[in-house]
Amino acid sequence: MSVPDTTVARRSSPGLDLLGSELSVLFSRRRTWAMLAAVALIPILLAVAVRLTASELDPGEGPPFLDRVTQNGLFVSFTATVVAIPLFLPLTIGVVAGDTIAGEAGLGTLRYLLVSPAGRLRLLLVKFAGAAAFCLAATLTLLVVGSLIGALLFPVGPVTLLSGETIGVAESVWRSLLVAAYVTVSLLGLCAIGLFISTLTSVPVGAMAATVLLSVVSQILGALPQLEWLHPWLFTQHWLGFAGLLSQPADLSEFGTNALMQLGYIAVFFALAYGRFATKDVLS
Amino acid sequence: MTASAAADLAIDSRGLTKRFRTQTAVDSIDLAVPRGSVFGFLGPNGSGKTTTIRMLLGLITPSDGEIRVLGERMPDKLRNVLPRVGALVEGPAFYPFLTGRANLHRFDTADRHASRRTRPERVNAALERVGLTNAASKKAGAYSLGMKQRLGIANALLSPRDLLVLDEPTNGLDPQGTREVRNLVHSFAAEGTTVFVSSHLLAEVEQMCTHAAIMSAGSIVAQGSLDELRGAGESHVRVQTPDASTAESVLARFGLLPALTSPNEAHPEVSALLPPSTELDPDRLLPALLEAGVRVRGYGIEEASLEERFVALTGEGFDVRS
Ligand SMILES: Nc1ncnc2c1ncn2[C@@H]1O[C@H](COP(=O)(O)OP(=O)(O)OP(=O)(O)O)[C@@H](O)[C@H]1O
Ligand SMILES: [Mg+2]
Repeated sequence: MSVPDTTVARRSSPGLDLLGSELSVLFSRRRTWAMLAAVALIPILLAVAVRLTASELDPGEGPPFLDRVTQNGLFVSFTATVVAIPLFLPLTIGVVAGDTIAGEAGLGTLRYLLVSPAGRLRLLLVKFAGAAAFCLAATLTLLVVGSLIGALLFPVGPVTLLSGETIGVAESVWRSLLVAAYVTVSLLGLCAIGLFISTLTSVPVGAMAATVLLSVVSQILGALPQLEWLHPWLFTQHWLGFAGLLSQPADLSEFGTNALMQLGYIAVFFALAYGRFATKDVLS
Repeated sequence: MTASAAADLAIDSRGLTKRFRTQTAVDSIDLAVPRGSVFGFLGPNGSGKTTTIRMLLGLITPSDGEIRVLGERMPDKLRNVLPRVGALVEGPAFYPFLTGRANLHRFDTADRHASRRTRPERVNAALERVGLTNAASKKAGAYSLGMKQRLGIANALLSPRDLLVLDEPTNGLDPQGTREVRNLVHSFAAEGTTVFVSSHLLAEVEQMCTHAAIMSAGSIVAQGSLDELRGAGESHVRVQTPDASTAESVLARFGLLPALTSPNEAHPEVSALLPPSTELDPDRLLPALLEAGVRVRGYGIEEASLEERFVALTGEGFDVRS
């Protein structure tokens, strides 16, 4: 008896359905929306607090840009972004990226995805894309909610940049998107690290905590002047470096350096994740 | 084995071994599952059934040995093989926050060969087949044990399959569900699908399967068609009678070792093992019993059940090996 090869007859799709499914599962989880809602609270609280305190801040007092919020509502989202970057964003990214593989393993759904068969490399790619999409969603949440609440509570008009020049509202929207892009790209290295850690365990909480911890450790190392030689290699080094995007003309050089560094982290940690996951015994 | 005989096997393993850090969970097993069979994979808890199934499906890498599934080497040809295999491994698993239907959609998207166009129909057909249509919109986290089990089976049926691998499919099912699974398995077999089903419920395997293998402590201790497996065991003579002690002495005269197997006052039953090579003609027993005045209410010569065979091969002990 010859073995009929039924696979020849079946057409193989590029497999984008799995990506669609990943995004829809991610964004149908209450947890995802709770985190985005918490992210949205940052600009809201910030704007309300500034609005309620009558006293004018001296320039440079408080977080960067905070002194400008009262003059122009568009600065709410920038300030909120600066506030969220060190801990809050890494916390939510850590939850999503740490959950990628470990969460499926913990539920036991990993074995069914692999038996379907999802393909281990394809699954990793889709999971990374899902985490990246969450980064974008989180930074856009800061931007959109910040702009709305800023427009609601404060005057909106031409923006005076850090360098003193003034740009129109349309130009400022463009700059805001550039900042969101910068922050999203900044977080991709952390996503890849979380993905790798997630392949090491079937306890998602452990992977989440380890990912968040690494981002904090990296920032602490980045703050120690004694370790200056190490600083160019830290994935958190450029996290707050988007001031250049708000000068005239926009200075994209740090964006480039940062993107390159994140790309390096993605390459290394994705390779590590694949090396670990490709041959891993799935026993959960 | 010739090449054509090997091609007739849906699952063919040689020397398949899996060592965990401290123990050998599966120890050089040679599985031969004929195409079109309903193959029962029996064994006590911890004997290595699930570990074997994980290797067959490419979830874990064998420490040693070779596997062919549907004629192709695993795990090298995993991408060709697995779309033709439906599986339930170590119980069902789902996203508790998704509905039953959404869970099936999710798993179906993972199969690159599954068409998006036919997905809703295929999902509904699978739900219908396991009787979950009415609960399809409920969150899987709110499912009962048996409903989860049914959803797990539905997941294995999302596409037309050449092989179904079902690890303890009736676990947690009610009697109707159990019967339904049995009927499902029969209907797959009628369609020509090979079904590989692990279980420790022997009665179930006896009712469902055409072939079986018995695992014990990581090794296969018996394998073949059900008749071959039973035939290798001894047969018994059973006598139901109120005159148990007279019956025992009559049987003892033939050199048998009778025992009271049903010490129930109302329905005493005496049974004895018949020696395998028969110098004794079993047909002489009943006349002798009647002649001795034994009131025989029931009498039979029975082949060993699979259960007796199973216990004989895997040991009486209840404790799982460490
Ligand atoms: N991840 C693991 N690490 C170490 N040992 C394991 C692992 N998984 C299984 N084992 C061991 O392998 C042996 C076989 O386990 P397996 O799950 O295959 O048994 P089983 O036949 O499916 O049992 P059951 O009928 O209870 O489902 C057991 O002794 C178990 O302890
Ligand atoms: Mg098992």
